[in-house]
Amino acid sequence: MRVRGRIKRISGPLVIADNMAGIQMYEMVRVGEERLIGEVTRIKGDMAYLQVYESTTGLKPGDPVEGTGSPLSVELGPGLLGNIYDGVQRPLSSIIDYLNKIGSRRSIFVERGIDVSPLSRDKKWYFTPSALNTGDSVSSGDVIGIVQETGLIMHRVLLPPGIQGKVSWIAPEGSYSIVDPIAEIKVNGEVKEVYMMQRWPVRTPRPYRLKLEPSEPLITGIRIIDTLFPMAKGGTGMIPGGFGTGKTVTLHGLAQWSSANVIIYIGCGERGNEMTEVLERFPTYKDPWSGKPLMERTVLIANTSNMPVAAREASIYVGVTIAEYYRDMGYDVLLVADSTSRWAEALREIAGRLEEMPAEEGYPSYLASRLAEFYERAGRVKAYGSPERVGSVTLVGAVSPPGGDFTEPVTTHTRRFARVFWALDTSLAYRRHYPAINWISSYSAYIDTVSDWWSKNVDPEWKAYREEIMGILVRENELQEIVRLIGVESLDEKDKLILDVARMIKDGFLKQNAFDPVDAFSTPKKQFELMKLIIDYYRDATKKVEGGTPASRIKELLGRLYVDIVKARFSVPNEKLEMIYKLKKEALKAISSA
Amino acid sequence: MSSLYGIREYSRIAEIRGPLLIVEGVRKVSYDEIVEVELSDGSRRRGRVLDISNNIAVVQVFEGTTGITTTGTKVRFLGRALELPVSEDMLGRIFNGLGELIDGGPEIVAGEKYDINGSPINPAIRAYPEDFIQTGISAIDGMNTLVRGQKLPIFSGSGLPHNRLAVQIARQASVKGQNEEFAVIFAAIGIKYDDYIFFKKFFEETGALNRVAMFVNLADEPAMIRLVTPRVALTLAEYLAYEVGMHILVILTDMTNYAEALREISSAREEVPGRQGYPGYMYSDLASIYERAGRVHGKEGSITQIPILTMPNDDITHPIPDLTGYITEGQIVLSRDLYNKGIYPPINVLMSLSRLMKEGIGKGKTREDHSQVSDQLYAAYSRGVELRSLAAVIGEESLNVNDRKFLRFADLFEKKFLKQGIRENRDVETTLDIAWELFAELPEEELTNIKEETIKRYHPKHRADI
Ligand SMILES: Nc1ncnc2c1ncn2[C@@H]1O[C@H](COP(=O)(O)OP(=O)(O)O)[C@@H](O)[C@H]1O
Ligand SMILES: [Mg+2]
Repeated sequence: MRVRGRIKRISGPLVIADNMAGIQMYEMVRVGEERLIGEVTRIKGDMAYLQVYESTTGLKPGDPVEGTGSPLSVELGPGLLGNIYDGVQRPLSSIIDYLNKIGSRRSIFVERGIDVSPLSRDKKWYFTPSALNTGDSVSSGDVIGIVQETGLIMHRVLLPPGIQGKVSWIAPEGSYSIVDPIAEIKVNGEVKEVYMMQRWPVRTPRPYRLKLEPSEPLITGIRIIDTLFPMAKGGTGMIPGGFGTGKTVTLHGLAQWSSANVIIYIGCGERGNEMTEVLERFPTYKDPWSGKPLMERTVLIANTSNMPVAAREASIYVGVTIAEYYRDMGYDVLLVADSTSRWAEALREIAGRLEEMPAEEGYPSYLASRLAEFYERAGRVKAYGSPERVGSVTLVGAVSPPGGDFTEPVTTHTRRFARVFWALDTSLAYRRHYPAINWISSYSAYIDTVSDWWSKNVDPEWKAYREEIMGILVRENELQEIVRLIGVESLDEKDKLILDVARMIKDGFLKQNAFDPVDAFSTPKKQFELMKLIIDYYRDATKKVEGGTPASRIKELLGRLYVDIVKARFSVPNEKLEMIYKLKKEALKAISSA
Repeated sequence: MSSLYGIREYSRIAEIRGPLLIVEGVRKVSYDEIVEVELSDGSRRRGRVLDISNNIAVVQVFEGTTGITTTGTKVRFLGRALELPVSEDMLGRIFNGLGELIDGGPEIVAGEKYDINGSPINPAIRAYPEDFIQTGISAIDGMNTLVRGQKLPIFSGSGLPHNRLAVQIARQASVKGQNEEFAVIFAAIGIKYDDYIFFKKFFEETGALNRVAMFVNLADEPAMIRLVTPRVALTLAEYLAYEVGMHILVILTDMTNYAEALREISSAREEVPGRQGYPGYMYSDLASIYERAGRVHGKEGSITQIPILTMPNDDITHPIPDLTGYITEGQIVLSRDLYNKGIYPPINVLMSLSRLMKEGIGKGKTREDHSQVSDQLYAAYSRGVELRSLAAVIGEESLNVNDRKFLRFADLFEKKFLKQGIRENRDVETTLDIAWELFAELPEEELTNIKEETIKRYHPKHRADI
């Protein structure tokens, strides 16, 4: 029996309805004559407090409210990849088609009350069943067949969680829609139909067999990230920064270049044009790991800053549920959310309308636990079912602190749960030092986790070089303090050399232009060789300085080679690393006469 | 209660609080509905429903509640959200902040009515802005390029020449290879009469008045109307851009006054305040204005927005500029220091940014060297500025020869590149050539942001070789 009540009060995205006895917490509801989508966020007596995912303009007390009987859920199945959804998984491209079809003149807008299924019911997918026979025992998570979803991703059709039984029928190889049955499973004497599509409530994490430690780096091609503050597959990270410091460009970079199989990109309360940028570019950009168009591995969730705020709160959960679904197939998934601050603000706005007791800066007291729950959905896991599969969800969230102040609640709470901290620095951004990731205040908890991989796959000396480059940067930071007070001349020669080399590191290694075709993506090998070039030069130069040569003389001897070194990041393509070796030879030779 | 054509009238006012009326005994009132308030003397005001529960409506009165009494006042609910009738004939005319004609001219044949709140543009139908707009101003064209469909605010301080700059942009803005001019929609939000006259005169002088629609709410007019004015202006802009197919430049000034009005209404509603008393939803609210810029597939026109705001105490971290910067596609920041040095336009390029620049420049759009020149200008100027503060502590003579060159570069940059006349319209090639002249003052091996072949082609030294 569906619960039917009436609107009692409307205040922004919050609607209070009465006569709602029997409604469940977090149940999805339909509100008003236009049947707007909403969700129950509090129940008091026979009153339900609803957050409505569309504009509430025009709703009236007395309008009907109807329960749907189930919590807010997403549709999971082939057809997700390459798609763009709003915060409650309404398909934004299909909405345009739909509005055009009905002859709407306002088809460029997202109007209210539009009901279009997230996944196409008409499209046929070519399904190849697993080697299963009638009578075989199967349980949830088992791969019952495969579908080539895009050129890049083989969709493994999984038996939904909670099903265990014997196969009574499995569809032969062929084309099916997601609502055609593809198997029948006998569960306790009852036959259940299985489809390529399943539903899952977004606020409940999908189950897995076992959580594993992250072990491999998620290579991003961004040097300061991979080399200095690495991310691991299944890890968590945050990227806080004031406006214009480079959060979005960095997240776009991660979405473009990362060594993940599937990317979930959530535009949470940010600009419409940034979603457009992904939509327009990704189909034409190639995945550096497979050469296929990037859109084939990407799902976009868009709740732009002018779209309804309640759906912003939901968008994060919609995204992470889709991420878990591909993880369960055995894929490495990267989810980026730009920006989690807007999600937190949505939470604050709704809490405020519910007249809940605010904690710091008006945020509800459960902000921290919600953040914890979200980041807890990251991880590398062994999935349920056979064949055995290991997949991961890596979560990276942008944080937009008011006034760029990192002591505000969202930044401070997120720091407790994210293990990589890429701190963006306004003063670096003003100088156009991009990425403006501050190398002193950033950190990664995965350095030891990934160093095995680097020494096996790139160079056994990776960790030693990394430490040396960090050492120079830390020392330079101390020296700058002194220089600001008394100038460079009072430093000793070794310290002057450090200043010179640090500039080389900053200009030639840390800076990375996301829009330069050569510079934007560095292979691990190129990253290492650039680092080695500078450090080997530094080691030789240090010996000369210790032997009495002034740092300025070393710089003179290096001459124009200095420019060649700092330009190598954009003048040496990934596949021409011999240019770096040659450069190093010349540089070491140039200073050898000192 | 009386009901006529969906209009319902009530007169039980339970409370008057700030700009709010609490009306009791109402029925079938909808959220965001428009209200007409008739005072006992027969005068009328407009308002809007902010909160509605069973039979109590909270109404915000745009013109304020001064003089309203709890008895003898009639409140009419008009059965619709605030709408603006739009038409092409609105260009060349002047309206008040609610969109009502005030220039004394002939009535406009009313076109279709649109809800002033608009609807969010579907992100899947947006077209990424990429048409270079030449403003003729070097600091903008060279380093913070504006493109058609962008929202690029001017962050100013009181007394700084933001109006002059806005006007210069409006006068000079052109898209290469197209002689179609922008139509301008100008929204005055709580500005002083002088400022209004400054803009009006400018539009008259340039003969542009017939391509301009002005929506005017002055400083001495009711503050609550300010919440409506930018929306009314953008409703017309959307009509002209997406239905008529025109390229529209929208100037909104001063968004600080808008935000103040928002704070006022929020505190009257006794909402939990966010930072510095501004409501927690100010980000989303501002976004519902700023995001009404852009281009879409399948439509000719575009909306380019230049909001102007004055930063309280010149503080860029104040919630108004801060939240704006988080929404807009960059910002042009004016600097009091440069202004005091006599530099016009006093644009602090280091704090300024155009996020859409990269798509609007380069070969075929401006010139192939553009992005490298811009990067190099930033690198060299920021180094010069840093050395300037170092030199102030340790003395210029303690800097080495190289560093002194950067110091000089920073000065030259401000005097030759930034500074220009209020009627000086530089084309982008001139802007880039000035930059190269400045680069010639630096040792060539310091031009680390520019590729070798670009230096060969554009550096004055090599050009002279040819
Ligand atoms: N790695 C980078 N390479 C080149 N430019 C960058 C890079 N990171 C940021 N930028 C510049 O900074 C601007 C602002 O970056 P963005 O990521 O949009 O900032 P945020 O999301 O933090 O507000 C971009 O438009 C671009 O011009
Ligand atoms: Mg951003």
